[in-house]
Amino acid sequence: MTNEVLIEFQNITKTFGSITANAGVNMDIRKGEILSVLGENGCGKTTLMNMLAGIYYPDGGKILIGGKEVLIHSPKDAFRYKIGMIHQHFKLIDVFSAAENVVLGVKDGSKYNLKNVKKRIGEMCDRYGFHINPDKKIYEMSVSEKQTVEIIKVLYRGADILILDEPTAVLTPQEIRKLFDVLRAMRADGKSIIIITHKLNEVMEISDRVAVLRKGKHIATVNTTETNEQELTEMMVGKKVTLNIDRSLVENPQDRLLVMDLNCTDLEGVKVLDHVSFTARSGEILGIAGIAGSGQRELLEAIAGLQKLDSGEIIFNRPKKNLPVSFYHKTLNEVKFLAKEGRFHYEDGTPVDLSGKSNSEIKKLVNDGKILFNEDEVMSLRDKTPLQIRELGVRLSFVPEDRLGMGLVGNMDLVDNMMLRSYRKGNSALLNRKKPESLADTIVKDLEVVTPDLHTPVRKLSGGNVQKVLVGREISLAPKVLMAAYPVRGLDINSSYLIYNLLNKQKKEGVAVIFVGEDLDVLLGLCDRILVINSGRVAGILDARTVTKEEVGFLMTKTDGGEGNANG
Amino acid sequence: MLVTFLVGAIALGVVLLYGCLGETLMEKAGHLNLGIPGIMCMGTAGGCFGALLYMKGLAQETDAKWLPLLLVSILFSILFSAATGAIYAFLTVTLRCNQNITGLAVTTFGAGLSQFIMDTYVPRALRDSYFGVASKLFAKGIVNDPDANGVLKVFFSHGFFVYFAILLAILFAIVLKRTRVGLHLRAVGESPATADAAGVNVTAYKYVSILVGSAVAGFGGLFYTMDYLKGSWENASTIEAFGWLAIALVIFTLWKPGISIFGSILFGALSIAAFVLNGTSAQKELLKLLPYVITVVVLVFTSIRNKRENQAPGALGLSYFREDR
Repeated sequence: MTNEVLIEFQNITKTFGSITANAGVNMDIRKGEILSVLGENGCGKTTLMNMLAGIYYPDGGKILIGGKEVLIHSPKDAFRYKIGMIHQHFKLIDVFSAAENVVLGVKDGSKYNLKNVKKRIGEMCDRYGFHINPDKKIYEMSVSEKQTVEIIKVLYRGADILILDEPTAVLTPQEIRKLFDVLRAMRADGKSIIIITHKLNEVMEISDRVAVLRKGKHIATVNTTETNEQELTEMMVGKKVTLNIDRSLVENPQDRLLVMDLNCTDLEGVKVLDHVSFTARSGEILGIAGIAGSGQRELLEAIAGLQKLDSGEIIFNRPKKNLPVSFYHKTLNEVKFLAKEGRFHYEDGTPVDLSGKSNSEIKKLVNDGKILFNEDEVMSLRDKTPLQIRELGVRLSFVPEDRLGMGLVGNMDLVDNMMLRSYRKGNSALLNRKKPESLADTIVKDLEVVTPDLHTPVRKLSGGNVQKVLVGREISLAPKVLMAAYPVRGLDINSSYLIYNLLNKQKKEGVAVIFVGEDLDVLLGLCDRILVINSGRVAGILDARTVTKEEVGFLMTKTDGGEGNANG
Repeated sequence: MLVTFLVGAIALGVVLLYGCLGETLMEKAGHLNLGIPGIMCMGTAGGCFGALLYMKGLAQETDAKWLPLLLVSILFSILFSAATGAIYAFLTVTLRCNQNITGLAVTTFGAGLSQFIMDTYVPRALRDSYFGVASKLFAKGIVNDPDANGVLKVFFSHGFFVYFAILLAILFAIVLKRTRVGLHLRAVGESPATADAAGVNVTAYKYVSILVGSAVAGFGGLFYTMDYLKGSWENASTIEAFGWLAIALVIFTLWKPGISIFGSILFGALSIAAFVLNGTSAQKELLKLLPYVITVVVLVFTSIRNKRENQAPGALGLSYFREDR
């Protein structure tokens, strides 16, 4: 590594509406180094790099390349300065071969000849240690192969500065090792590499320097050899900010929703939920913290009846007495979990303690009907559709992450969107629009929704108002369980507080609230307990009143040992 | 009998081939153009209008020469059909209107306008005398002996437009498969966002392919009226039906111009069978259904096999707007 500065950011600022993504960032990138850009979700690291790659244009400040100010308006401009970015979502054409994708859009004056393209790809592979079949179609490729094609695509265009956005998020440990070898080979070749990441162990392993960003600001750039994971976590999460959110004490909590040993794999065969167990209690806000894509969405969708499970059980509690556990066909793991939670008693009323008992002993106890439930009514939500869940009488409200995709219909007005949850109630052939209309009216008034009238398509409302409509509708169902995924994402401060207050009000009314958030300060200030999810596993369930941001941040980002640890 | 049947099958197939090639080009750029029947009507009107202008300038009809007649006709045919295609392109590319609805509107518009132009500007009296002469020139083949038979008659007795169509199909196949322009065009149809990010001018590719595709489809109409129907405009409105068949042919040939040469002749044979074979009119009507039935079967078959290369372009029918993220 030389100390020659290649790129310099001077006071870079970027805002999206009322949200500041980057504020006065000053940092540099050197020739022949691997620089990690580290930060939490939404800290502005991808936005900053997108400005270098020509996707966004800065609102203020300067970008200097080789000491000269440059204007990068498009990815094409970026390539002129030999900058190439590999995005998280690959931009490849599925039915094209690797070679066709690589050469797409290249105008280097040479004759179009796939044979030459393939030869050049082969040379690059030899040089940096890739393996790719240039004739293979993209749709036949693994994620790792697709990533390789993206990297070759950038190199083919002569990039000297490569930006990789979360390159390891989708890779297996073996593939990560291979990628890192390639990156090191490229560094040795004098290329500068920027990795956007939030994985500390990878930062420590691969990078020469680390730039830490927090809430859009550049905190520091340090040499990897002179720092450690502890220090980086502290820089990443920062000092605790006390927010002015009321948090009442939990009154008379009852177990409302029991999630036991959930397992779930996605379409590509990757495990997205890995033995997830927890309990949501009434009158309590359970926060879920985690890096984006750690399984939060799948977890909520599993509870809402939208996600197919490999195994596990979801129990909704409504008091009911003395039924033997064998009645519910529980697996051994589930029985153990329930026993540990103190959920069983023997016929004589003594609590069940299974510690020290062998599996066969436990099985016998269960099969003989000796173990009884403490609770009065439990119903399984597993493998039920949202409609079946509703027909069971379970009042479960879900504010999904994708408001206009899953929550509301953008082209329909407020009244029609209210009816999505209630149209089955009527008995006549014609819909009764009076009730939903008055509900919409109430929501608009109570939550101060800014809309021209009740008959405006919701897609025309601003993000905050769309969210208010959605949350308002879900709350109007008087739920027993309220799940909200990133309900304040993209909202300004006032709207955010309005949502926090709504959630708190639900909590006071005895609703079990599950809140998936990304801002640790909010999670610490609003929730009663925080469940940290990390790569589909529960990394810990913590008391939000006593835990520190560093602890949560550490649990979110740590990678456990064994195969998963690229440090090996 | 068989020779006449094959000659007719090839001729009618070529009508479909032009429509199919034009539509394939547009669909490869991601534009499902249901305006093809209308564009073919306009191509017919343009070609006839051009022929009329040329014949009018002559001292007497029999002075007409092959090359200038064809050039003028082709020029006006291109002008008319490309202008109609331009309406479609402007609406769907620039204004991002729904492609299906725009296409249907263009078909209605093209069919009506072509009828209006012919009725208003090409007097019936002139049509018969002029087009009778012109169509003979259009149909002038390599072998013109009416008594020729066998292979000679089947393959070499056709007019210029038959061979031109086959050359175009081969050219399209090569361009799509083996050139940078073809690669970019396919990329635009598969994923305009990816093509855009790679520096391909998506709008330009869409416009050019729609305009060129429209012009090519228009030739189908011109050939049909001037050559196949021997210049009788009165039956020219039947071209609309062949326009729809051409769109079905695109699916049948799996968006591959090479295959479309043979697919079009097969479709031509099936269409003409209804006229050649003996049978009740109901049976004949059923026979006319066959190409559509086969298309559906092919569609089902390719969907089941689910081979990605044989599917429609990924972004077919979708408008592209860069700022949609």
